[in-house]
Amino acid sequence: MSAAVDSAAPPRLRRRQGFAALGTAARTPRGRVGLGITAFVALVAVIGPFVAPYSATSFANVPFGKPSGSSWLGTDTLGRDVLSRLLDGGWVLILMALAATMFGLVVGGTAGISAAYLRGRIDGLIMRTVDVILAFPSIVFALLLVSLVGPKLWLIVIAVGLTHAPQVARVLRSATLDISERDYVKSIELQGVRPAKVMWSEIVPNLISPLMVEAGLRLTFSIVIMSGLAYLGFGQAPPAPNWGYMINENRIGLQLNPWAVIVPALFIALLTIGVNTFTDSVARVAIGVEGRNVEVALIGATTPEAS
Amino acid sequence: MSSDVPVQGPGVTTPVAVASPAPARLEVRDLEIRLTSDGSDVVSDVSFSVRSSEVLGVVGESGSGKTTLALALLGYARRGLRISSGEILLDGSNLLAMSAPELRELRGAKVSYVPQDPAAALNPTLKIGRQLTEVLTSHPDAVDGTAQRVAEVLQEVHLDAKPEMLRRYPHQLSGGQQQRFAIAMAFACRPSLIVLDEPTTGLDVSSQRHVLETIRNLCSAYGVAAVYVSHDLAVVGDLVSQVAVMYAGRVIELGETRQIFTCPVHPYTRGLLAAAPSPERAEVLIGIDGHPPRPGRRPTGCFFAPRCSFEVDRCRTETPMPQLVNGSLVRCHRATEIQYVERERVIVPALPPSDANSAVSLRGLSASYGYQRVLHAVDLDLEPERCVAVVGESGSGKTTLARCLVGLHTNWTGEMRFDGEPLVPGVKRRPKDVLRRVQYIFQNPYTSLNPRKTVGQILTQPLEHFFNLDSRACAQRAAKVLEDVSLGKDFLGRYPDQLSGGERQRVAIARALVVEPDVLVCDEVTSALDVSVQAVIVELLRKLQREQHLSLIFITHNLALVRSIAQTAIVLCEGKVVESGTVNQILENPTDPYTIRLIEDVPKLAILGAPPRSE
Repeated sequence: MSAAVDSAAPPRLRRRQGFAALGTAARTPRGRVGLGITAFVALVAVIGPFVAPYSATSFANVPFGKPSGSSWLGTDTLGRDVLSRLLDGGWVLILMALAATMFGLVVGGTAGISAAYLRGRIDGLIMRTVDVILAFPSIVFALLLVSLVGPKLWLIVIAVGLTHAPQVARVLRSATLDISERDYVKSIELQGVRPAKVMWSEIVPNLISPLMVEAGLRLTFSIVIMSGLAYLGFGQAPPAPNWGYMINENRIGLQLNPWAVIVPALFIALLTIGVNTFTDSVARVAIGVEGRNVEVALIGATTPEAS
Repeated sequence: MSSDVPVQGPGVTTPVAVASPAPARLEVRDLEIRLTSDGSDVVSDVSFSVRSSEVLGVVGESGSGKTTLALALLGYARRGLRISSGEILLDGSNLLAMSAPELRELRGAKVSYVPQDPAAALNPTLKIGRQLTEVLTSHPDAVDGTAQRVAEVLQEVHLDAKPEMLRRYPHQLSGGQQQRFAIAMAFACRPSLIVLDEPTTGLDVSSQRHVLETIRNLCSAYGVAAVYVSHDLAVVGDLVSQVAVMYAGRVIELGETRQIFTCPVHPYTRGLLAAAPSPERAEVLIGIDGHPPRPGRRPTGCFFAPRCSFEVDRCRTETPMPQLVNGSLVRCHRATEIQYVERERVIVPALPPSDANSAVSLRGLSASYGYQRVLHAVDLDLEPERCVAVVGESGSGKTTLARCLVGLHTNWTGEMRFDGEPLVPGVKRRPKDVLRRVQYIFQNPYTSLNPRKTVGQILTQPLEHFFNLDSRACAQRAAKVLEDVSLGKDFLGRYPDQLSGGERQRVAIARALVVEPDVLVCDEVTSALDVSVQAVIVELLRKLQREQHLSLIFITHNLALVRSIAQTAIVLCEGKVVESGTVNQILENPTDPYTIRLIEDVPKLAILGAPPRSE
């Protein structure tokens, strides 16, 4: 019997799952557009505070002044420079949205994965709780929490994060149900390894694709809910600038200086669209609609079906 | 190969494909299929012809391009592939020159296809009668009288044509019935050509034989030309009249079945035949290590050279052209030199006696899923350093037996002892040491390795768990165990999707071995692999059993394989042990009718060869 091992290393295949899906997605046309838009908005939010011509809270001119050479986008309801407030008003919103998304993913992910893996009573308990939270529209749920405790920033983050948890839990539960039946999980269980360790080291790495997709999707929702809450007055306390709150405080002067409403609304829309488009392309790559190279397709075709 | 075969050289015999009396139904000329992305060839230079009533067997390992070829015969190329040149002539007209509507008209009526997995190919939401009628109504010109033809074709495939049958859904049929139904759909319009893509792979031996007989009878009765794709030479042996052996997208040997089976010329064909286990003798199996080169990465010269034991310098540089040797078309530079080199057969040597007590014993094991009892009072004894085979068809409860033993299935009664100590149900209640000493190897290496972990991580994880070793000691032992399973250290950093099926299964074996177990439970460990790789894995297990003093429980549906590896066996039928004893006794003097039927149904290779020599 010839025991010699084929010395030529098999070709390194492009790994499309997990984090690599991000890279592949960024190379698809859809992903490029999404990433470009997101990067533009993020850049404005990050660099903005340093290049703003005026302080965001100082009075530059008369209220609702038309755009002019000194303030390009005109002034707002109190006569502050709209451009300066726009440049300064994004980063807190984006940071809060990111934090809320992370929080939602961690809480929802833990709940969903444990429910699916541990089954039985724990599954029932977690998923019924999830159903109850799902019964409230997310903005109402966030409003409920905020109005109980008051508009604290950390509370808004937690409230928005919690509204995400149920959906994240549902998605990851179904993904985990599939993975926990796979033979490689069984083989670790056969060693008598603790459930927490099985979940963390065997199951979570295989959930990265759905996690990435969920993260993008939830980030979009976070931005929308956060801006919505800011519009309703729950967010940073005035006079701090915030895109969502800017729309609200300036809408009374819509006919005098429409730019004070249109531009912040446009930025929220751009951020949402950008993140959403990119997420969409990550999802497509992860399920193999786009960026699929033929070599991988061929190998896939030669892999016998699991029986 | 052996002396009783008349000496034939080029020019003595007439070529099989060229000078045939009847005109060819199907003729393929210089077919070439390429990747759309970089243009590298997947299938190249394929020519053959098939006459009416003839079946051509296309045989090769996974990745040899046989399914791609089969689909091309329907004028179809999968996504990412295109048929770049060549001709496929069906009754004289070229399929590759046809327009899409013409092809649509042709498929199902004149050319039909039987897929590998009928469960996936039949629409689960439609009654089977409707599906069969649909084929006929979409080709109204093919036959007269739909209802009459439905009844007729069902009878031809030995399915009940009663209305109750036609009202069933696919999931209400057994695997064998589903496949016969898929064949009925393919034959419904009386096609000229039928392409069968491993239609019996998922079936157990008995249904497999019935399906093969049905195909053979229908082809000869209606003058249909058929192309039968299979990875298993033994299966095609009884069925086909010509065999085309494919390797890396080329036909490397094409000839009459008898010729190929009795005196194969190409080293690859020989390898495939040598790898097939024989139910008659406990032979050492000789596999073909490595895997076929992938499209775009094929070497210059002969594609098989890197794995060939007859390889010379010329093979690495020059592409061999087909030449006529012994009546077969062979692509090998050394075909005429090596055609009479005899295949070496080695009988498996007997194991040294061992006087230790029973390693594993099961008494009256009964297991259930819910209220459904799947095992009935099974007794099994495994002696130390021996191998016991558990043989049975799908659904016989053999996997449940293994799962009870390793602790994955807890709903059982009876007594299980390991090393004299009783085994409790469930992994959680077993001592860590027992979990370490009894290791389980899963059936499918494509699902048993975590795709997100490197081979190194997969191997060190159990070491950390059972021995608490530091990372350096772990890495050393992982490297050592990789060597034991004939893989190099460089595999440590690879991911499972970079490995071939055989390499994956070796990693799975290494994962079990790394904790120094006493008992290995091997659950159909070769059924997902090619025959050539199966031989390598079985020999590896046999070698390890000796060297590391392991006891094996070898679960399989393949009776022929049992001969090569096991000393004793039990035969399971519907959860009951119908026969138990030594392997020789069971295979030579079976007493139970079920065992007798199993043995009769095993496809046999009619190989003429030298008498085996003892080691």
